[in-house]
Amino acid sequence: MSRNALALSVPAEESESDQQQQYLTFRLSDESYALGLLSVKEIIEYGGVTQVPMMPGFVRGVINLRGRVVPVIDLANRLRSESAAVTRRTCIVIVEVTNDGEAQDMGIIVDAVSQVVDIPPQSVEPGPSFGAKVRADFIAGMGKLDEGFVIMLDIDRVLAGEDMSAVNDMKAAS
Amino acid sequence: MDLEPALEAFFAEADELLTRMEESLLQLESEPDNNELINDIFRAAHTIKGTAGVFGFDDVVHFTHEVESVLDRVRDGQMRVTNDVIGLLLRNKDHIGVLVRAVAEKRDLDAAQRAEGEVQTAALLALLGKQTDKPAASAVIAAPVDVTRSVPAADDGCENGNWHLSIRFGNDVLRGGMDPLSFLRYMRTLGDIVHLDTLATALPSWLEFDPESCYLGFEIDFRSDATKSEIEGVFEFVREECVLHIIPPYSQVSEYISVLRALPEDDLKLGEMLVLSGALTRSELERGLSLQSEAAANDAEEPATPQQIGEILIEGGAVSAGVVDAALAKQKQVKDTKAQEARSLRIDADKLDQLIELVGELVVASAGVQNVAQMLAQGHLTEASEVLTRLVEEVRDQALSLRMVQIGATFQRFQRVVRDVSRELGKDIELQISGGETDLDKTVVERIGDPLMHLIRNSMDHGIETTDVRLSAGKPARAKVMLNAYHEAGGVVIDVADDGGGLNRAKILRKAIERGLVAEDAQLGEREIDRLIFAPGFSTADQVSNLSGRGVGMDVVRRDIEALRGTVDIDTEPGKGTRIRIRLPLTLAIIDGFRVGIDKASFVLPVDMIVECVELAGSIRDGARTRGYLDMRGEVLPLLWLREAFDMDSSAPERRENVVVVQFGQTKAGIVVDQLMGEHQTVIRPLGKLFSALRGVSGSTILGSGEIALILDVAGLMKMAGSAGATAAGITEMQGQTSRAMTALG
Repeated sequence: MSRNALALSVPAEESESDQQQQYLTFRLSDESYALGLLSVKEIIEYGGVTQVPMMPGFVRGVINLRGRVVPVIDLANRLRSESAAVTRRTCIVIVEVTNDGEAQDMGIIVDAVSQVVDIPPQSVEPGPSFGAKVRADFIAGMGKLDEGFVIMLDIDRVLAGEDMSAVNDMKAAS
Repeated sequence: MDLEPALEAFFAEADELLTRMEESLLQLESEPDNNELINDIFRAAHTIKGTAGVFGFDDVVHFTHEVESVLDRVRDGQMRVTNDVIGLLLRNKDHIGVLVRAVAEKRDLDAAQRAEGEVQTAALLALLGKQTDKPAASAVIAAPVDVTRSVPAADDGCENGNWHLSIRFGNDVLRGGMDPLSFLRYMRTLGDIVHLDTLATALPSWLEFDPESCYLGFEIDFRSDATKSEIEGVFEFVREECVLHIIPPYSQVSEYISVLRALPEDDLKLGEMLVLSGALTRSELERGLSLQSEAAANDAEEPATPQQIGEILIEGGAVSAGVVDAALAKQKQVKDTKAQEARSLRIDADKLDQLIELVGELVVASAGVQNVAQMLAQGHLTEASEVLTRLVEEVRDQALSLRMVQIGATFQRFQRVVRDVSRELGKDIELQISGGETDLDKTVVERIGDPLMHLIRNSMDHGIETTDVRLSAGKPARAKVMLNAYHEAGGVVIDVADDGGGLNRAKILRKAIERGLVAEDAQLGEREIDRLIFAPGFSTADQVSNLSGRGVGMDVVRRDIEALRGTVDIDTEPGKGTRIRIRLPLTLAIIDGFRVGIDKASFVLPVDMIVECVELAGSIRDGARTRGYLDMRGEVLPLLWLREAFDMDSSAPERRENVVVVQFGQTKAGIVVDQLMGEHQTVIRPLGKLFSALRGVSGSTILGSGEIALILDVAGLMKMAGSAGATAAGITEMQGQTSRAMTALG
């Protein structure tokens, strides 16, 4: 269906290497973030989330994505330990992450999706070693855009890092 | 031509054949006289050799050929089936597997595998060598006699007990460097030539005579126990150039017929059946078939029915009409029974998964249609959507049942393990299997193999005593390991039991303290000590043996089983044996679910765990709230408030709640929910890796409305409530005493 729906708006003749430079930018409260376009599968309206009990706060629940059960992560909570309020512009971005060599679909809640941008490698600066509100190991780099910096996320780390299941174990055992 | 699909099929088939071969070999050990088994093994080897030959896998062909030769002797009763022979054949089977895999992965054998192959080949040849030099060749036959005789037609066999061979050598035999006499000499290694007529009728007039051509023919009466194909084999080198008819002795004809009748019920071609029975040799069949296709090609314009292979063979004198009739009758019988039998089809597992995924979407979509139909309340639409829903449900049930497989095949694999390991350990152990027909989801069956292997090895290595100890304890020398599977309470239970010495608790405790797993002054109950064997890094073996004792086994077993959302329990009695009980959920299976609601959220409980439902209202409700249990007709029923267990923020309804009484094993408990919403068929959807450590929830399901409901894991909930309650009461965690702990919860 609308798999990679956004990628469709990209001219077809662009090669894969060009696509690797493309990022989806979105906003979480006052900050802009960027996500590699290749890992984005689709963007859907927020809704129909079933809560799963006894999970850490950043796990909002699960949704039914055309018959598949997909976990939904509250990205604001995961990155900055604050919960996002649901507005009319709130979206769920379905991304494919690799965990132990296994591909898995996950949804992340974002406040608003902005656009698809090109960030060539020469415009990527290393992330700040301290001072950022986001954990340093989640940041793949800082992308320089006309309107300022965006935080480029290492989405595999964010969604499949070891601490993710560790938190989960602790919580379940308590 | 793209051979890949054909190759795939070959590898899959080879795998299956090897498995069958192993099963039959193991069974043969206990019933060495079962010819059916020997035939089965022979056929497996033969098919692998044949197919490998088609693809030109020479290594497989050569090795399998030697194995086949040995099997052939076994089949003919020339070789006794000893345990050594079976042991060798089992190793041969493994090696064939190695060879096939090597071909499949397009790589060469490593040195160890090659050496193993050579050792095995040598062993096979040694077995054969002893047998081959039996018939001693005697003196050369006397000169031919000048009597002519007409060629007898192929009737129902020769009157006397001799074979009759009628051979006309081709003109070019001598030019080809073959001497007819040498064949006759060689024939004598197979039996006695009773009578021989030389036919010189083909000799042309002297003017046309070519001294380099052969014009001779022979009519031979031959007394031999050899089979038809062996006799034909004598003339292998001149087979193409000469006309050969081999007419079996009468006794042989009746034997062919009886063999034909006894052939297994496989759907075979007529020619194949005749070859199997020995009445026809492979090359005779091939010649007949090529004649048939030539004839068909010539008759292409005429719509006449092509000549049957049977007729061609009779006309050609290869077989007698009586034998063909018997084969035809057998063929018909097989076809008739085949038509009734269920046939199976090999399907790619991925395709099956895709199908089930699609069916899942279909179910949800059709539920959506039904919702809309109900909203619109139009008679025709409602009716049509109901028909659709019913059909979709049937499709779903069928699709899901495709994934269910019997656990028997997995169990059977362990026969071999037990056999090999018991030899290695020098213990006499037999494996008893029951409940092999228990259905289980394919993924679970695939993943339960390794844990079971560990458990069985552990039982054999640690559980079962040596024969001396057993005898002095008054037990039979032959120990038993038992594998049993059955359905219970919405899940599957697999028991691995042995009649060995049971767990040595003192030793386990000592080792656990030694390894720092428990404090030295710890006071542990018996069950807790038993469970220590599942602790990481635990091993009681004084020496690390080849099999187990590295202290990884049981820990891994527990984790593997828990990864399948199963549980493992141990039950042991010193001197009597140990039983390890694995409970597994029927993941992805379809369950009858009972939907309950808390506020707006809904949850599903497996119906077969539910005993009854009762209302909780008024003063009883208040009492239950303070006490934490309910007086159920004089029985104490511990209660679990799901809202609290799941930390849900909503508040309980004003007037009444409902209690769902569930039973898990011996424990009964009540789960308190807001509403009861009735029974639904439920497709379990796994929640995924992120939720793998989550207790109390075993999966999810998609409701008709498209919403997701969580499926409650009753056992997990009780355990959770048990430990939470125990902590609250300030006592150490007591596993298995859920009910008591739960009482403390309120």
